[in-house]
Amino acid sequence: MRPAWSVILLTTLLGAGQGLFLAVYAVEAAAHLRLSDASASGRLQAAGAVLSVGLLAAGLAASFFHLGRPERAWRAVAMWRTSWLSREVIVLPAFMACVALYASGHWLGWPAPTVLIGAVGVVLCLALFLCTGMIYACLKFLQEWHTPLTVLNFFLLGSASGVVLAAALAASLDPQRLPALAGWGAAATVAGLAGRVASLVRNARLRRRSSLQTALGIRHPRIRQTAQGFTGGSFNTREFFHGRTDGWLRMLQWGFLAGAFALPLALLGLAVARASPLAAAAAFVVQYAGLLAERWHFFAQANHPQNLYYQRVS
Amino acid sequence: MTQLALVIDLNVCVGCHACVTSCKSWNTSGAAGYLADDNPYGSDPTGTFFNRVQTFEVGEFPDTQTVHFPKSCLHCEDPPCVPVCPTGASHKRAADGIVLVDYDKCIGCKYCAWACPYGVRELDEHRKVMTKCTLCVDRIYDAQLPPADRRPACVAACPTNARLFGDIHDPDSVVSRAIRDHGGYALMPEWGTHPANHYLPRRRTESKVGPEDLQRVDNPLKLDGRLPQPRPDEPSLDDAMSW
Repeated sequence: MRPAWSVILLTTLLGAGQGLFLAVYAVEAAAHLRLSDASASGRLQAAGAVLSVGLLAAGLAASFFHLGRPERAWRAVAMWRTSWLSREVIVLPAFMACVALYASGHWLGWPAPTVLIGAVGVVLCLALFLCTGMIYACLKFLQEWHTPLTVLNFFLLGSASGVVLAAALAASLDPQRLPALAGWGAAATVAGLAGRVASLVRNARLRRRSSLQTALGIRHPRIRQTAQGFTGGSFNTREFFHGRTDGWLRMLQWGFLAGAFALPLALLGLAVARASPLAAAAAFVVQYAGLLAERWHFFAQANHPQNLYYQRVS
Repeated sequence: MTQLALVIDLNVCVGCHACVTSCKSWNTSGAAGYLADDNPYGSDPTGTFFNRVQTFEVGEFPDTQTVHFPKSCLHCEDPPCVPVCPTGASHKRAADGIVLVDYDKCIGCKYCAWACPYGVRELDEHRKVMTKCTLCVDRIYDAQLPPADRRPACVAACPTNARLFGDIHDPDSVVSRAIRDHGGYALMPEWGTHPANHYLPRRRTESKVGPEDLQRVDNPLKLDGRLPQPRPDEPSLDDAMSW
């Protein structure tokens, strides 16, 4: 598939916003349940929730650039019974409203309802992860995506970047929380690494169910396309081919394994050791850039069976 | 229940692209506006087509066959492109089984094209909505057309009659008979989409003529004459030439 920047930005920004909300709410919930010292000032929650809404809104704005007819986007709520995309379109604004309410609660200093609002937010957040992942995982003939690992990785990678961002916020606003949040960020990053490596190993061993033989219904083992029916490009040749070499894709894979996982872990360690807000912020920026590459690779690696019909111009 | 479909005879298709141009001509002139056709005479022409004819070489030289393969929407009985559509623009008509896009509802998100394993949906670059074969729904029910013209433009254009059109749920229709009699099959059966369009495989069409085809062995009414045979003692042509 050809990776679309609008969708790459949508999925990575939503993931970071969701993870950030989960992190700041976890801090509040832990304090509420007296699992940690109850000195939550609320500043971390307010700033985190506001930033989370900003990331979600930026992701939503990016998604409009994917549409041919953005003015009709409201219609996308119609088919929630069957379409995961429609479900995402419903859950995302609901989650944004919930996080905005949570942020205003902290801003205005109402501590009691924020715990409840946040609990609803967690449910909506997990539902949004499920919807986003299932949009890709439900397409059964895109075999690279048709696995529970897709949903799991959207959850783990989104959470990792969000928790690392929470750690970066804590480094400036609430330094005593930095070690705990950095630890959780590192744990989520390691879990994300495990999930993503599992999907890479799975995809490397994939057996294609479709072949030129099933695509044409001709059982001869040697079939070669001599003409795809047109000399120029078409939607089919543009949308479903990323146009890069396998070597480039492999290089990108090592790049995102370093950028999204190895470097942020090192920077998080540095941030805790030196109590450095700069290193913590760098950890998030590097990880987010790595996740952009990761998402590009995720889309590019999916091999659409329609490509069997478009192998040679003439 | 009716399921309209095309049956394409790969044994007869000569790859002339008449169905492609006829389809484009009809569908670019319809109520929904023209279909994209950019740089038609430039170095990189591009445009929207609902039907493409592709060519494949089967076998190893010199024992090869050239297969011309027309490909358009297969109007699946379980279309994977329909449930994924967030707006309901992509739908399957209950009355005749045609899979259609409501161009006024489509938001151009391309999710249905991702969900189609056959690559038969094309986003029109100017309309900015998903377009696809309509099975000429604006033609087959048009009572103002003469009955002979109430069939898809591609079917009407095919000079070798390689494209048949009808209801595959009616066991006596021309398409059902063709599927039954000539081993009609569906594309990519592994995904369970149950395409309505079927393809008829290549088959041997050479005829063998034996002595029994030239002369009836039993000749009950004694109507058939005997083929002229030279008498054994008559000179043959060889004898005549070797004077």
